[in-house]
Amino acid sequence: MSEAVAQQAAEQEPVIDLSLANKIIDKFIDLPGNLMPVLQGAQDEYGYIPRVVADLIAERLNVYPSQIYGVLTFYAQFHLKPRGKFIIRVCVGTACHVQGAPRIVETFFDKIKIGHAETTPDLRYTFEKVACLGACGMAPLAMVNDSTYGAMTVQKVDEIISDYNQRPMK
Amino acid sequence: MSENEAIKILICQGTGGVSMGAKEVEAAFVKILAEKGVNAIVGKRCDVIKTGCRGLCANDVLVDIITPEQGRVTYDFVKAEEVEKIIEEHIVNKTVMEKRKAKPYYNQFVDAQMRVVMTGCGQIDPDSIDAYKEEDGFKAIEKCVKSMKPEEVIDEVKKSGLRGRGGGGFPTGMKWSFCKASPGHHKYLICNADEGDPGAFMDRSLLEGDPYCIIEGMMIAAYAIGCDFGYVYVRAEYPLAVQRLQHAIDVCYEKGYLGKNIQGWGLDFDMRIKMGAGAFVCGEETALMASIEGFRGMSRPRPPFPAVRGLWGYPTNINNVETFGNVRHIINKGGDWYASLGTETTKGTKIFAVTGKVKHTGLVEVPAGMKIREVIYDVCGGIANNRKFKAVQAGGPSGGCIPAEILDTPVDYDSLIKAGAMMGSGGLVVMDETTCMVDVSRFFLNFTREESCGKCVPCRIGLKVMLDILERITEGRGEATDIATLQDLGIAIKKASLCGLGQTAPNPILSTINYFREEYEAHINDKRCPSNCCKELLLWQVVEEKCVKCGACKKACPVDAIIWEKGQLAVLDKEKCTKCKSCYDACRFMALE
Repeated sequence: MSEAVAQQAAEQEPVIDLSLANKIIDKFIDLPGNLMPVLQGAQDEYGYIPRVVADLIAERLNVYPSQIYGVLTFYAQFHLKPRGKFIIRVCVGTACHVQGAPRIVETFFDKIKIGHAETTPDLRYTFEKVACLGACGMAPLAMVNDSTYGAMTVQKVDEIISDYNQRPMK
Repeated sequence: MSENEAIKILICQGTGGVSMGAKEVEAAFVKILAEKGVNAIVGKRCDVIKTGCRGLCANDVLVDIITPEQGRVTYDFVKAEEVEKIIEEHIVNKTVMEKRKAKPYYNQFVDAQMRVVMTGCGQIDPDSIDAYKEEDGFKAIEKCVKSMKPEEVIDEVKKSGLRGRGGGGFPTGMKWSFCKASPGHHKYLICNADEGDPGAFMDRSLLEGDPYCIIEGMMIAAYAIGCDFGYVYVRAEYPLAVQRLQHAIDVCYEKGYLGKNIQGWGLDFDMRIKMGAGAFVCGEETALMASIEGFRGMSRPRPPFPAVRGLWGYPTNINNVETFGNVRHIINKGGDWYASLGTETTKGTKIFAVTGKVKHTGLVEVPAGMKIREVIYDVCGGIANNRKFKAVQAGGPSGGCIPAEILDTPVDYDSLIKAGAMMGSGGLVVMDETTCMVDVSRFFLNFTREESCGKCVPCRIGLKVMLDILERITEGRGEATDIATLQDLGIAIKKASLCGLGQTAPNPILSTINYFREEYEAHINDKRCPSNCCKELLLWQVVEEKCVKCGACKKACPVDAIIWEKGQLAVLDKEKCTKCKSCYDACRFMALE
């Protein structure tokens, strides 16, 4: 990483409290195959995997940072950037697809002006397409954080967005 | 007051139920029962019991009330506000609310099935080990340890003819005996609950509805093979399943059903949940093991098979959740009993997740060999909106489409493969005349391309090339040679890929070309989509001969682009239209093209 890029990255990343990560590592350090549980724990704690945390994990678990980067980019669950307060997931599994999920996705794209796996600059929304949430009976399906919205229509997208636009960020 | 006199209120709390407000319904029952002192009024105890999914998720929240007078009565679409009325009428006044009762199709849905693996789901509290024990829980493992040698357990499973329910269909007993024959005193057992097929959710329902049954199945396998440690690899997308299974494991440790010297039987078995992180390919056994070890989930060539060199180099046996779910019933009732169900080559029952454009979507367990027609029409009520059936997609992204002509194919491993599909994990996605088969192929290919681990070239690059061609066809830029190219590529990818993902990914395309070639040709030659599905090929206009002037399209349109008055033909205003296609789905007469 060149110096300028490193500096830019440092500026973007807020101060990270590493003691939380250390606690998670302590919990799993004796477990065989502990890399994934540690990363999952860190992701739950920080909402994403900051660079410094990845470096710390590499050092303490004695694995190469390249292996960690490989794992982080392979699995859809891990994120390298901060995520929005409200995570919108639209199911694009088979059942939802044949019931009209593509238009729900497009309407969300249109309304919040971000694409798949992107976050709005104000960190309010992150949008994700997911394959099957396992509630095919209610297709097409959308989720915002833990709330499920079944039998979605284009009209309902408007309602959801205007509802969440008014919710406080804190 | 004896136990069986108590009134039982069973509330469905699978993922489907919870998202429709089952928690609120339960809370309302508990609160109102206490407030009104119903126990005292009717002189009986009222137990509110949360259960797992009972299959008909589209009608959640489902509530069963069992009283001595009325027996079992089912209410569907229950909301928290209605609870007070239900208690008042049904429990206090002892009159069934006929209007709110589940319609007759609910009984049809339930009666047409045969529940073996799912007996516990929807009947017992998944968090209660005592409820499980009442249903003969842990009897099978006790029988094994006390009166059977490990070899006899394997023979019993072999006799039952049970085949792997994850899709491959490899005989389970054989698999166990391979792993048992491998030298070494440290062996691993893995339960594969990385259920990634879009449209299949039976593993999730089993884990949520009857987690102890899976644990017992794994204990029996561990005893038979000689494994001392078990992993359950669960998808991260199933938080409720993880929570319930973790609770069950904790309770088992507490009560001495897991750990060292279980119940004094001299059996040691430890168990741990391993959460996946969102990768479809991890359902493949070698990729799954790489993932547990903490690497990228990439498959590796076999041999050596996991039974010889698996997790961390030790012999490992991997089975699917549903397979483990069958084991205890085989031991309890005998391999011969199990073998008497099903067909020549596929024994027992199979759970299917029937979704898509069918009236009653949900989980159904039927004996293997039932005809697909019976599953769709008799159990699930046929096609929604009285549309015409076109095809059913069996086996998820690895399977194929089965057209109306061969709807009488029985559901067993070999008949489905002969029809160009496969059992897969058991997802059946029903499609009607508005579903475009080219678009569906494109959809599946897009999924498998995204989920390819990227290790071997045919899968990584071949699928991408096939997808580009399909996208071109759906956008009206297809060329005459495209169909032949797709077939060539598909066959090459099937032959040359390393693991199951690549070997099966071209199936949806090959099977749709086989059965629906005329749709591909219409896209390529006439630049038309016969199902009015592919956006770039639509004319965005109303077919005047077909329009019945009902106005359903106007109601569906989010931007008022449909001009319609009562008794008038609908007109689509192309200026305002955002091309979302809501009206196409709303129209029951295919009157938009």
